[in-house]
Amino acid sequence: MSGEASSTSGPAAAAGPLKRTPLHGLHGMLGARMVPFAGYEMPVQFAPGVLKEHIHTRAAASLFDVSHMGQIAVWPRSGRVADAAVALERIVPADVLGLGEGRQRYGFITNDQGGILDDLMVAHRGDHFLLVVNAARKEEDLRHLTSLLDHDCRIELLERALIALQGPAAEAALVRLAPGAIAMRFMDVRTLDIMGSPCTVVRAGYTGEDGFEISTPADVAREVAEGLLEDNNVQPAGLGARDSLRLEAGLCLYGADIDATTTPIEANLAWAIPSVRRTGGARAGGFPGSHVVLAQATCGTTRLRVGLKPEGRAPVRAGAPIFAEEAGGAPVGTVTSGGFGPSLDAPVAMGYVPSSMSAAGTRVFAEVRGKRLAATVAALPFIPTHYKRGAGR
Amino acid sequence: MLKFTEDHEWLALDGHVATVGITKHAAELLGDLVFVQVPAVGTKLAKGSAAAVVESVKAASDVFAPLDGEVTEVNDAAVSNPALVNEDPQGRGWLFKMKLADLKAFDALMDEAQYTKLTG
Repeated sequence: MSGEASSTSGPAAAAGPLKRTPLHGLHGMLGARMVPFAGYEMPVQFAPGVLKEHIHTRAAASLFDVSHMGQIAVWPRSGRVADAAVALERIVPADVLGLGEGRQRYGFITNDQGGILDDLMVAHRGDHFLLVVNAARKEEDLRHLTSLLDHDCRIELLERALIALQGPAAEAALVRLAPGAIAMRFMDVRTLDIMGSPCTVVRAGYTGEDGFEISTPADVAREVAEGLLEDNNVQPAGLGARDSLRLEAGLCLYGADIDATTTPIEANLAWAIPSVRRTGGARAGGFPGSHVVLAQATCGTTRLRVGLKPEGRAPVRAGAPIFAEEAGGAPVGTVTSGGFGPSLDAPVAMGYVPSSMSAAGTRVFAEVRGKRLAATVAALPFIPTHYKRGAGR
Repeated sequence: MLKFTEDHEWLALDGHVATVGITKHAAELLGDLVFVQVPAVGTKLAKGSAAAVVESVKAASDVFAPLDGEVTEVNDAAVSNPALVNEDPQGRGWLFKMKLADLKAFDALMDEAQYTKLTG
């Protein structure tokens, strides 16, 4: 018996010793199975395993260490936060200037061809912006931000821990330590005092569930994590469950579903580019590759990222070629993420298909071990999301 | 008496027919299985060729033919309920049976003590 390369072991780590997060000691105590991920030694799973951790997250709450992700503060040199917003709009096709204080938005950094260099969250922190970027991309993002924004902004990589608390029981678990969390709505960001330390808390996540991402000073991360784990509803979970949860939620994984060769429009992320940044908008374009992205936003693209539901029980995994027919013909697309969805009790995948084949219900075939398995194009997310949205947002 | 391979399969011999499955050690490493694929009855297997597939949420793993032989029976219960392999990997969670081409090759496989030493 021999294992295929598991997607949890990528992206390939740079040479050199693996870095450890401030929660490394806690993982050891909790019996984590550690794997290299993006240059860090990270827990892929704990004793219950990926499937049970996944199910527990949707039933109660799970605590994930995501300290490997990059937390980058963008400070306006002028002292006026709007200047930092305008500067960020030169690299991110989102409405940063219209982002209210205490609110967060999803966006991406594009290259000159309109490809995605990274996807990120940007939060308005009053006097600066806080970006959360992918672990494997943070050094490159820092160089990119510094080279393009240095005149207007001071770019600072924060050495903090990041704890994701996800699931329907997340609110109660956090409120026990930080009562202020109760008033937060999806994509709100606040500074909350947790066990005596100021933490930056966002009501968001990467699972499709309600939950929070909690940025703590590195030296109190373990204390905060242990405080949250005192709630019996909260169990630790690893990157394995995080991946299957985000796949069911239809969320992109950088390096798999999106990369420098896919544009936001092809990736079906057009919703994140508001009309104000599109052709005819007050601040149209002005970001790298805008001529490509905005033309695609108007005229469409030849391929699109879609959800795929294999008809049988066999998982269809990343890299599987997609065909239009059960036999013959050349591949028309590729699966970019795929596996088994524990909450759906069925295989799920995402991939790129020709736009003409992107309508929900279209039947395609993915080749697995030399056999073409039927799959149906499906709307994303695969599971209903449970974000705690506020009125009017 | 069970025999074992370096690829974490176990074999139990009855006459010329060996029952094949994955070891308890392998099942623990793989975690909860969600998909099992077995070869068709009658398939001629060459030692080392991909015979079956076991998949967890995260990854697919090939189960290699431990010896040369022909598939005589498969465990449909494990196919319809992959969790059976996790519950009882070296018993009810067997994968397939094969008629061995060479019984001497079976004798040359590792015994439990040797396998335990390998995985310990």
